[in-house]
Amino acid sequence: MKLNGAQILVNSLKSEGVSHVFGYPGGAVLHIYDALNACEDIKHILVRHEQGATHGADGYARASGKCGVTLVTSGPGITNAVTGIATAHMDSIPMVIISGQVPSPLIGMDAFQEVDAVGITRSCVKHNFLIKDISEIAITVKKAFHIATTGRPGPVLIDIPKDITIAKMEVEEYPKTIEMRSYKSTIKASDHQIKKAVVMLANSKRPILYAGGGCIIGNASKELREFTHMTGFPITQTLMGLGAYPMTDNQSLGMLGMHGTYEANMAMHGSDCVVAIGSRFDDRITGNLEKFCPTAKFIHIDIDPSQISKNVVADIPIVGQTKQVLQALIDQMKDKKLADISNWWSQIEEWRKVDSLAYKKSPGVIKPQTVIEMLYEVTKGKAIVTSDVGQHQMWAAQYYLFDEPRQWINSGGLGTMGFGLPAAMGAKLAMPDRDVACVTGDGSIQMMLQELSTMLQYSTPVKIINLNNGYLGMVRQWQEFFYEKRYAMSYMEALPDFVKLAESYGHMGIRVEKEEDLKPALIEAFNQKERTVFLDIVTDPSENVFPMIPAGGGHSDMLLAGRDEMVSKDETDFNAV
Amino acid sequence: MRHIISVILENEAGALSRVAGLFSARGFNIESLTVAATTDSTLSRMTIVSVGDDGIIEQIVKQLDKLIDVVKVVDLTATEHIERELLLAKISISSDTQADVEAKLDQFNAKIIDAAEEAYIVELAGKSQKIKDFLSAFNAEQIIEVSRTGVTGVCQKI
Repeated sequence: MKLNGAQILVNSLKSEGVSHVFGYPGGAVLHIYDALNACEDIKHILVRHEQGATHGADGYARASGKCGVTLVTSGPGITNAVTGIATAHMDSIPMVIISGQVPSPLIGMDAFQEVDAVGITRSCVKHNFLIKDISEIAITVKKAFHIATTGRPGPVLIDIPKDITIAKMEVEEYPKTIEMRSYKSTIKASDHQIKKAVVMLANSKRPILYAGGGCIIGNASKELREFTHMTGFPITQTLMGLGAYPMTDNQSLGMLGMHGTYEANMAMHGSDCVVAIGSRFDDRITGNLEKFCPTAKFIHIDIDPSQISKNVVADIPIVGQTKQVLQALIDQMKDKKLADISNWWSQIEEWRKVDSLAYKKSPGVIKPQTVIEMLYEVTKGKAIVTSDVGQHQMWAAQYYLFDEPRQWINSGGLGTMGFGLPAAMGAKLAMPDRDVACVTGDGSIQMMLQELSTMLQYSTPVKIINLNNGYLGMVRQWQEFFYEKRYAMSYMEALPDFVKLAESYGHMGIRVEKEEDLKPALIEAFNQKERTVFLDIVTDPSENVFPMIPAGGGHSDMLLAGRDEMVSKDETDFNAV
Repeated sequence: MRHIISVILENEAGALSRVAGLFSARGFNIESLTVAATTDSTLSRMTIVSVGDDGIIEQIVKQLDKLIDVVKVVDLTATEHIERELLLAKISISSDTQADVEAKLDQFNAKIIDAAEEAYIVELAGKSQKIKDFLSAFNAEQIIEVSRTGVTGVCQKI
């Protein structure tokens, strides 16, 4: 039987077990849409902007652990998708993006809606392909899914010219396995390195585990919990790692880094042995590298060799999957006698008493921290929470205590405003039985508002928690601290009536201006199981995110809310962003 | 320090731009880059000369290795190796200078591959330092044009 390229492509997606495709049609992909239309096994989500398609597929992937799939047309279709691809790339999210291309004979002729998709996306994908012949379609799809989902995952783009989707050929069986001489995804950690790590860990008097997104992407949460309990070591998690270990557990010190807790950052600063597990010593974590962990030795576990000794030189590098390396450590440390760390814990308890997330309520205004605390209470800590980028993101990370992996979904690496809403939609599609909340702000939400329409079409009830302070809050905070309160272009003078806006999209809107109305509104919103509810919550416009390590500072330079005066640092420190 | 990095990669369209893009995106320095097919027509060998401290070179090697099209990366500088570069140069001659130019060509074992009345085109293969020494043996006005291939190299171990 002969099939056309579009049919072969859709059949290949089916063979990969794809259940949802987030996309937007256009000239170059019309044949693919025609084939998709005839396929009952794949549900297509028609977004309202291609960026929403990539973020939607991303949220779907992060919530489910499966590979997200996006289909866009050539030219503006793929350029619109680029922000979402870069977002997935920075956070190592498995995604396959299929972009239409102008017909092969027109490539390079400046054809209508032509853009060099492979060239434009090269630096923000794990790999990309331009299909040149119909016979390459199936094998390329196989390779793309293999590359996207194995090793350190990431987005893979397949660019397919229109004429190739029209051409016909005899159908061949979809390849079951794939071998690539230039890509080996299975790395077995060196036993020798693990043995060395065991000795260092057993003798450490002030150890700390520093777990990142690699524990979640690598599905290592179970092993991480076992290892942490077994050793009795304190553990801190990065923004991307929250939920890998339960934040409500006593061994958890909370998040570390620029807006991390006092105990987490001080423990890093005072540690003699830092164990980085699936984390990459990002600048938001380390602050000033010269002041970073002055007395520590580093054990660095990561699947990507290029992360090791990139920012911080590892004393014991272990290249391998977090899950397998942790299991090996558990096996080898089972009957090891560990050094007594009770003094270390006493010191950590002293730091804990500082209560660095305490904040003062003031009458008449709703504190954004209170909103997150109440969201946690109303959802009993069980919701999937997505966020946009800015102050609200940090408050969500600090005050919603995530106990499970894949419960917290945010754009940590790229910091993409507009991510939260489409990601919530994707998460709800992946996990229809879970409550999904999108914590956002009046700046971020306006970047992807159009997806409210998609959410009505596909009935993906999400609760939007808009912390509305009228400002681009994080920008305002930096201007207050570092630019002598010159609030350049960070105030939004004209905001829409978000309640009416939600209603015009067919959703429910509730405005909350008083703290006493907050809890009833949240309860009402989550009782509306079938509807998307937009909670527009007016919050204190002057509130800042604390603790904070100022640019150029180290972990012991933290500033605490109401206790330290924020002072502008030396101008040279402004290199930090 | 100067390093010669040898890369075996899939002979695919776009593989070169992946490598070049990696260097520009991460701010790595390229002193020279040569690429051509190997005896296996599905593979190319690329030889890159870069300058950086040990940490940077380590990152270059790891980042290259991470590219899906790259099959193998070797830092030749870390092993016993042979490096060569080819120079083609147009050198002007006159009745006054011809004898002197020819003496210098002899001294460096450079070969005349085209002789015209006013100029020789010469070829010289050798380490980059030898090429530099050769060029500095002439006055600037004697050298009309220079074309260098950049360094290529192989590991000496069989």
